Amino acid sequence: MVKMDEQKKEKIYFTIFKIATFFSVVLLGFILIYIFVKGVSVINLNFLTSMWNHQDITKGGIFPAIIGTLFLAVGVSIFSIPIGISTAIYLNEFAKDNLFNRLIKLSIRNLAGVPSIVYGLFGLAFFVLLLKFGTSLLAASLTLGCMTLPWIITTSEEALKSVPNSFREASLALGATKIETIKMIVLPNSLGGMLTGSILGISRAMGETAPIIMVGATFFMNYLPKSAFDKFMALPYHLFILATQHSSPYSREYALGTALVLIFLVFSLNLGMFVIRYKLRSKKEW
Amino acid sequence: MVDTKIKIRDLDFFYGKKQILFNVDLDFYSNQITSLIGPSGCGKSTLLRCLNRMNDIIPGIKVNGNILYNKFNLYKEENSVVEIRKKIGMVFQKPNPFPMSIFNNVSYGLRVQGEKDKEKIKKIVRESLEKADLYDEVKNRLNSSAFSLSGGQQQRLCIARALAINPDVILLDEPCSALDPIATAKIEELLKKIKKEHTIIIVTHNMHQAKRISDYTCYLLDGKIIEFSETNELFNNPKNKLTKDYINGVFG
Amino acid sequence: MNQQKKIIENITKKWLFLVSLTTLVILIGIFFLLFFTGIKAFSEISLFEFFFGTNWNPTAYHEPSWGIFSLFIGTLMVTFGSLAFAIPLGIMSAIYLAEIASPKVREIVKPTIEMIAGIPSVVLGLIGLLFLSPLIAKLFGLSSGLTGLTSSIVVGIMVLPTIISISEDVITSLPREFKEASLALGATKWQTIKMVLVPASLSGIVAAIMLGLGRAVGETIVVLMLAGNSRAFPTSIFDSVRPMTANIAIEIKEVIRGGLHYKSLFAIGLVLFLMTFLINFISDLIIDKHVKKYKW
Repeated sequence: MVKMDEQKKEKIYFTIFKIATFFSVVLLGFILIYIFVKGVSVINLNFLTSMWNHQDITKGGIFPAIIGTLFLAVGVSIFSIPIGISTAIYLNEFAKDNLFNRLIKLSIRNLAGVPSIVYGLFGLAFFVLLLKFGTSLLAASLTLGCMTLPWIITTSEEALKSVPNSFREASLALGATKIETIKMIVLPNSLGGMLTGSILGISRAMGETAPIIMVGATFFMNYLPKSAFDKFMALPYHLFILATQHSSPYSREYALGTALVLIFLVFSLNLGMFVIRYKLRSKKEW
Repeated sequence: MVDTKIKIRDLDFFYGKKQILFNVDLDFYSNQITSLIGPSGCGKSTLLRCLNRMNDIIPGIKVNGNILYNKFNLYKEENSVVEIRKKIGMVFQKPNPFPMSIFNNVSYGLRVQGEKDKEKIKKIVRESLEKADLYDEVKNRLNSSAFSLSGGQQQRLCIARALAINPDVILLDEPCSALDPIATAKIEELLKKIKKEHTIIIVTHNMHQAKRISDYTCYLLDGKIIEFSETNELFNNPKNKLTKDYINGVFG
Repeated sequence: MNQQKKIIENITKKWLFLVSLTTLVILIGIFFLLFFTGIKAFSEISLFEFFFGTNWNPTAYHEPSWGIFSLFIGTLMVTFGSLAFAIPLGIMSAIYLAEIASPKVREIVKPTIEMIAGIPSVVLGLIGLLFLSPLIAKLFGLSSGLTGLTSSIVVGIMVLPTIISISEDVITSLPREFKEASLALGATKWQTIKMVLVPASLSGIVAAIMLGLGRAVGETIVVLMLAGNSRAFPTSIFDSVRPMTANIAIEIKEVIRGGLHYKSLFAIGLVLFLMTFLINFISDLIIDKHVKKYKW
């Protein structure tokens, strides 16, 4: 019978699709377990808290790289969160649908597609050379800041859109101005979503390697950056050099250890933001 | 006396914990138009969707009781739902053509059945469109998108699409609720014409429509059948006070 | 309205507008810096040599050569290699999650897959280096596992979550009526997916693929670690390749700032920028068409 054929076919296809889907899940599990199992052996207090030892990598730690990455995250946040959130507020609350505003939206979409290495070139030519910031924490923060800006704007716009229009209308109908409405109604209901979304974007920037190679990261420093104009160590770059260019026989173990720390930082930040978002959302009653 | 096409016995329907239909007993007769009327939320659409097991796609439902179609129990044969739907076609409330050409919409059911003969498909598509009184309006643009048609045309296209696989029974779920009076009249004419070859069951919220087209009418309220009889009888001489209230517009 | 309030409102609005110009300024800034730095390279390099020369050797002692064609082919190879892997896997997963999996499974599996997108690319590169490349060398009997294939697979893994997540959204957002109409005509679930749902969401799925394409073209660190970086013209997926992004990353630290080599790297950057700009533009068009076609 033709019918049995169709149903058999369906079963076969669906099984293949299921396998394809769970392949991704297994892959994620494999990656995390691989990094954990192979990297955990080098993790100890010394590795996490002492300065890098260039002569014998087994003696030193990645403390400056951890700090460098955290400094970088803070630097990126200072630049891109205020600008990103302001832009989102403008676009969602004020902007009319005219050519100019469409141009801004177009530029946001296109910025999101620009390759990170191109941001690196831009940062090098503009921040490092033209503005004479040198290869520095500042130049790197600004470069990655430009890169994260479109992500932050997009996620902030989503948070703003989730505030029902009826709230705004009710407030305006009571004689509040637009600014008052935004300050008293829109922001209290969306700021949490905007901030957590932004931090998710920044956690992605923390793992970027290509642009910071050009604008400020260095493999070896025996002190922590003292000012924004200092160079800095960063976990992704550190791990990149250990994996590809270092001659020590232990470099691979230490690369894996560094990867574990990096993943831990990025994922715990992610997880924290997810939990906060979930709590914020379940508090809402509309 | 006319033949019975579908027999419903002791049908209960649950959505999660909530019971939607209570102990429904109902017969649908061959080559007749039967209307299901009642206020919104009374379960008439749910009842209709039991007849081709369209409710199966909603998670969390439970059905007790029997529906016999030509002595064949619809809810016993676990794997034949595809077969059931080929015999018992359905037209929905909102016209729902596929995002394809007019031709491909009508030929869809045939292609699903694995029909490869191009000439045969062409012939059936033409016949179905003619039956649905649509052929003359679209014969020069069979390859344009179905979305280029007006709402009434789209609904007739959906009827043609259902007719193409030559179903025994056609279920219509408020097929005219989104249409203007002229488009509605066209569809009503069409239904009266095709009942010679098909058994038709229609859910409608419009009592005048039920009166105009159907041979039998069933009044449902809160998931229970209040009254079922010949249409004239039900509207002119209702037995139950609830029916009388409803058709006199006391509530609903 | 109070006069003072009005002034505050106006000032705030103007200020927010000015801030939101930042993105436009950055985009234009990137373009102009790349353009005006890159264009200077062509005072000494012929356009024809740059685009069609297969030899890239700016530091050769006698006669440096400036052809990016081999690098360009390297980019294409890794991009299409990764998509060849990610598109089928991605679409199958999207269909499974949207139409076949139970809501419970979907709710757990989708965010899990999206977590892959959160893994820093350098970590994926590391695993590619330590695990995948020896495996590929052994499997295909190669002297080195750093090939176009190796980097294609890892880049494919990177773009997979994008393709799955967006395609799934597109399929789920189709009107339920399509599915009902098809099932009511006696189609099986698979027939419904194959003949109605996938064709109807095709433009959205293509847009998802374009987004993945943009990512793959621009990916740097993974190809830098895994593609082998040979400048020779690649003839097969088992060759070592050096895509344009990797070339910039390798050479930019060693060049004299402002020199011809430096300018030529910006010219490559400009090519990359224009490629991704074009990809973005096309996917915008596709999405526009998708929205207009059915207006749901």
